[in-house]
Amino acid sequence: MNDIKTGQSPLVEMRDIHISFGGVKAVDGVSIDLYPGEVVGVLGHNGAGKSTLIKVLSGAYKADTGQIIVDGHEAKIENARDARDNNIETIYQNLALADNLDAAQNLFLGREIVDKFGFLDDAAMEHKAREVLHRLNPNFHKFTSPVSALSGGQRQSVAIARALLFEARVLIMDEPCAALGVHETRMVGELIAQLKRDGLGILLISHDLHDVFDLSDRLHVMKNGKLVGTVPTKDVTHDDVLGMIILGKMPEHLMHLAGPGATNAPNKEALQ
Amino acid sequence: MTRLLAKMEVDRRLVGLAVVLLVIWIGFDIASGGRFITPRNIFNLSVQTASVAVMACGMVLIIVTRHIDLSVGAILGVLAMIMGVVQSDILPQFLEYNHPMTWIITLLVGLIIGAAIGGVQGLAVGYLGVPAFIVTLGGLLVWRGAAWWVTQGRTVAPLDHNFMLLGGGIEGTIGATWSWIVAAIAIAAIIYAAIMERRRRLSFQFPVKPIWAEYTNTIIKAGLVLVAIITLNAYHLPERAAERILEDRGIPVTPENLMISHGIPVPLLIVALVAIVLTIVAKRTRFGRYVFAMGGNPQAAELAGINVKRMTVAVFALMGVLCAISAAISSARLQSAGNDLGTLDELRVIAAVVIGGTSLAGGVGTIYGALIGALVMQSLQSGMALLGVDTSLQSIVIGLVLVLAVFSDKYFHRRYSDPTS
Repeated sequence: MNDIKTGQSPLVEMRDIHISFGGVKAVDGVSIDLYPGEVVGVLGHNGAGKSTLIKVLSGAYKADTGQIIVDGHEAKIENARDARDNNIETIYQNLALADNLDAAQNLFLGREIVDKFGFLDDAAMEHKAREVLHRLNPNFHKFTSPVSALSGGQRQSVAIARALLFEARVLIMDEPCAALGVHETRMVGELIAQLKRDGLGILLISHDLHDVFDLSDRLHVMKNGKLVGTVPTKDVTHDDVLGMIILGKMPEHLMHLAGPGATNAPNKEALQ
Repeated sequence: MTRLLAKMEVDRRLVGLAVVLLVIWIGFDIASGGRFITPRNIFNLSVQTASVAVMACGMVLIIVTRHIDLSVGAILGVLAMIMGVVQSDILPQFLEYNHPMTWIITLLVGLIIGAAIGGVQGLAVGYLGVPAFIVTLGGLLVWRGAAWWVTQGRTVAPLDHNFMLLGGGIEGTIGATWSWIVAAIAIAAIIYAAIMERRRRLSFQFPVKPIWAEYTNTIIKAGLVLVAIITLNAYHLPERAAERILEDRGIPVTPENLMISHGIPVPLLIVALVAIVLTIVAKRTRFGRYVFAMGGNPQAAELAGINVKRMTVAVFALMGVLCAISAAISSARLQSAGNDLGTLDELRVIAAVVIGGTSLAGGVGTIYGALIGALVMQSLQSGMALLGVDTSLQSIVIGLVLVLAVFSDKYFHRRYSDPTS
């Protein structure tokens, strides 16, 4: 299925991932991939298994079986730190920031700058934070307030800046626009386009088609823990994708891209 | 006024607490006919507060990480007993009586066992996932029982002479000259820190406080140090004790020579040291940053790659170490180790921390707040004792003050903390 960008190897590949919780198969044999400079949407209803799948990649969950391949080599990702060592950064919807800390403290959480005695160098961190955040969002000024005092868009800026600061190559964004207003959503969209030009691979996780359709190059659609299929965004319509999300049905002209989760469309035989 | 404080970047909560403390002190001074704000009473107050204050510093970190430690009083009890036996029963078999190494070995044993006890409780909380409330409630019973087992209930006395200096008292102070030296160092450090902080911010072209605010802050801090030292130096030894010291040193006994100052009591020096070290740990180290991150959002901390379980063990172990220091201070002050030492201290410590502005929801708290909280609690108790208030009424008042303190903090916090300001 690598006919999309021939000659390039995928940045990340997840192969045949299985994970179950107490007998419930949350992810059942799903394989997805992501190339450099590509934005890929992972779509599905709540409970389709998309978040679980992505948490395996970001190190929050451990797959029961399956492989993760980063840059052609199998990677062991057992916790958030492992993911980060593989340059995979995740921006969670609500989970990623400590509300009582300020922007700079959040940006550097887990990877603080220390001086030669091993003490935190808050001034240096604030300096770097101002630099990065200014590039992302010139209106950002609240460097000394705890992030609980920031708006949704400002918080998202902090979360994205956090990933950028540490030279992420794969960026996973969980519902990137869920808490944002119109203007802020556009801002995040521009940001994603910019990151894409820089050669990052971006995975957008969402249950809302409209959030990701215009931003994505390809879409992975999941239902009931299985992959319905992977389609190039330019070849499908909104309705095609809705059919995949809701019915688990592949669009007829793309039947050859169907995954194990696709239902047998009634006219499959007719097509053949 | 509010804007003025904001400009000076002073914690508004701290100012509120300081005002409360001042009101309590002045109130008791008036009610007791001027017997409360005297060098002697301030000295005693500082010694009485020391044990709870040391533990409160650690409890801040525990509560900031959204845990609680109900076992600190019992841990204090068992450690005091162990240190009592080590210095009075075990070490004299190997070293001569009052050997200069005795107190050091004793204290080390206490610190190590304290860290181990705290660490075990931390393991149960962090790795086994038992709520801290339950682990330390169990700990309260276990360690109080263990305190009895150390000597089958026998009180250990007398203690090592040098060890008892840790508890204050007539000899457990550093005298006038050393007190001035400590004051000079403290003031120099205050000025140095202010200059370095400002210079650092300016080098990155960050906004800085107006220069008058810088001066005011520094002068207030240095002034407090000076007033404290002057007060402690104004408390003189009783005449008999002074006479004895002069005779020992072969100095002629004249009315002038008899005016020997107490100076800073050793327990207060220990409190200051613990508070400074822990403030640096909380604000300037990764460990401290992670403690606050865990309290603010445990999931975020975990996702940021922080080993939350190991941190939990470390925080509880630190608490155990501080219990050992408090155990040394309180047994040295009483010059004996009894197995009921530290009873109900957990409640005093938690009350001090909460009055000092640490949120039980986690993520927010300061060491200096806890110190003032401890001082508020002890001031109330000593003040009422001074006025001859019944012990039963004392508890009622202190209990009410605790609830009122938390209520008013919540109320003012809600009212005046405008997130958009």
